[in-house]
Amino acid sequence: MAAIATSLPTRSSRVSSFLKKRAFASPSETAFTVLFAGLLLYLIYLTLDWAFFSAVWGATEADKCAEAGGACWSVISARHRLILFGLYPYELHWRSTLACAAIIATVILSCIPFFWKARRLTTLWIVGFGAYYLLMEGSLIGLQQVTTDQWGGLSLTLFLFASVVLIGMPMGLGLALARRSNLPLVRHGASLLIDFIRSLPLLTTLFTAAVVIPILLPDWLQGDKIWRVIIAFGLFFACYQAEVFRGGFQAIPKGQFEAGKALGLSYWRILSRIVLPQVFRHAMPGTINMVVVTFKETAIVIIIGFFDILASANAAFGTGEWAPYYLEVYAFIALIYWAFIFSLGQYGEYLKRRLTVASH
Amino acid sequence: MDGMSPTQKVKLRNFAIQAVFLTAVVIIIWGAVSSARTNLAALGISSGFDFLDRATGWSYSFSLIDRSIDDSYGKTLFIGFLSTLFLGIVSIILATILGFVIGTARDARNIALKSAATVFVQVFRNIPLIVQIVFLYAILIHLPGPRQAASLMELAFLSNRGLMVTGLNIPVSATLILLAVAVALAWAMRRFVDGGFGKKVGIWLGLMILISAAVAMVYAPEGESIISIPELKGLRFVGGINVPIELVAMIIGIVLYGSAYIAEVVRGGLNEVPKGLVEAGKALGLTSHSIWFKIKMPMALRTIIPPLGNQWIFLMKATTIGVAIGFSDLFMIISTSITQSGQTLELIAILMGAFLLINYSLAQLINLMNARMKLKGQ
Repeated sequence: MAAIATSLPTRSSRVSSFLKKRAFASPSETAFTVLFAGLLLYLIYLTLDWAFFSAVWGATEADKCAEAGGACWSVISARHRLILFGLYPYELHWRSTLACAAIIATVILSCIPFFWKARRLTTLWIVGFGAYYLLMEGSLIGLQQVTTDQWGGLSLTLFLFASVVLIGMPMGLGLALARRSNLPLVRHGASLLIDFIRSLPLLTTLFTAAVVIPILLPDWLQGDKIWRVIIAFGLFFACYQAEVFRGGFQAIPKGQFEAGKALGLSYWRILSRIVLPQVFRHAMPGTINMVVVTFKETAIVIIIGFFDILASANAAFGTGEWAPYYLEVYAFIALIYWAFIFSLGQYGEYLKRRLTVASH
Repeated sequence: MDGMSPTQKVKLRNFAIQAVFLTAVVIIIWGAVSSARTNLAALGISSGFDFLDRATGWSYSFSLIDRSIDDSYGKTLFIGFLSTLFLGIVSIILATILGFVIGTARDARNIALKSAATVFVQVFRNIPLIVQIVFLYAILIHLPGPRQAASLMELAFLSNRGLMVTGLNIPVSATLILLAVAVALAWAMRRFVDGGFGKKVGIWLGLMILISAAVAMVYAPEGESIISIPELKGLRFVGGINVPIELVAMIIGIVLYGSAYIAEVVRGGLNEVPKGLVEAGKALGLTSHSIWFKIKMPMALRTIIPPLGNQWIFLMKATTIGVAIGFSDLFMIISTSITQSGQTLELIAILMGAFLLINYSLAQLINLMNARMKLKGQ
């Protein structure tokens, strides 16, 4: 009984046929759809009602929130500086703001294909990270000095993230190359290190750097706790990233090395001119995934005593009047994390699709 | 160097590089050992594992077996190891079940179901686990007290003291025996009983109820019933099984986060199943239920198991976050032991050894499953 369509389907007819197939195919499915969609919409309504419709926005004192049915966002307006910048001197917050902007801009710019050359990307990250450090620390560009123990909140989280990626990336490449080396000692050494670090929880690695390294190193080599932890975190990143690079290396046909050798090119030239550019391309989706994972994992540094965004969130409601509004504070930092991670993740998915299409 | 062939030169160079590498490693290790000696001597700590026999003198939040503050370090560490294993295994099982349900929903034709699953995955996967757990813990400790506890048919109660559930009135050691019996019985059913999956599960359940009742009759303290129901007495609950609030927060947190990841793995596996197979199933008139069980899942499992194994190992490692909310897993016991006893190097070695052991065993299990699932003749 199917009628033959005589004209192109209109937009509304396409939508209705889509819904017919995907939501209302049979009476029982219709009932199911209505029930499920209703439940989902109700949950969304509850969230929106709490976050917007019944929320209190501008109150300056905590007790004004007491009779509100929804969220009390005043705690964020009162305490957002603590959450974002930790114990950084209040009148110097403009420096923290600019420094965070530098890191965020670096991450966003890295997503533009123009920067996808090893040299450009390296320059971009060194400039971005350098700008952050100079602004935050201050004494090198003639501003008031602020030492790392006063850094905190979101700006500390971003600092850890950027330095881990910056230190871990070359280490990861080095480990990947060592694992492919034809010198058995180097190859086995690298595999052992990679497998060892990968089977330990990150927390164990960081804890070891914070607590055990001071015993194993003489005083003059120990450095600040924050740098020890960053290097250990960088090693963790490198061991996973080395596996991502390894996947990239495996995608390159062996003939390319041999062709390079036949042309009389040296090992490093073959590597830097022929192999690595392709490896980076293949490793791109995996690398973005690692960057996202790293950003997520920075949250655990609170356990080894750093004043990151989670710790500053605890401090923001922990004292007196704002204590009942812990939900709002946690929702705020969860949203910050979510926005970063979700958008980077979506970008990674997009890139993966694009690369898959391009390689067919 | 004159008089050498190019191959000999390369060999010599390779040898030299490796010799330098090895010397560097040896120097670093020797340096670490000697400076550890000086540093430990300065702190007045004698190294070695003798401290394992000393009593700890401190308490902690969670233990599966009887404990006291007079326990030795060795026993306390073992209790921490058990807690980590327990939390890890329970979370992995629940996260895997929920992950398969949500992954299947992500693959569903129905748009409402699919959207709900997508929202779940995007919310729980994109917030750090520790933030979710701390968030959840804050909500749970602000629940009403035992007197206003939320109850489920007066058999289970949730309050700011944790979850109280009705259970068998037996000690933990008997529960462990019961668990072992359950696994052995399941294996025996697979091996020796013919019939469909439903029938086997039915027989297994029936037998398990009988065995549990028998065990409870033997082990229940004299004069008490074999089933223990939590009851409000004054300001707290008496009886039942108490699941502490930290454990509730850890399990829910890890399960939500882990299932979001596992759902993506499952969805990926289902996507890999060739469309023609599903269409062939439809053409044969199979119901969508049997298409899922007989065609899609068996095919998808081959792609699902390796990344699923990685997720299990990841979730096992994630239990260390318990320290953030005071759940006394192995990591927390180790770090408290370090502050209390000063035996840093030994304790860190134990911690690393324990995780290497757990991950190695898990990896073996996954290899076994992989070998089982492989297409024959490949």
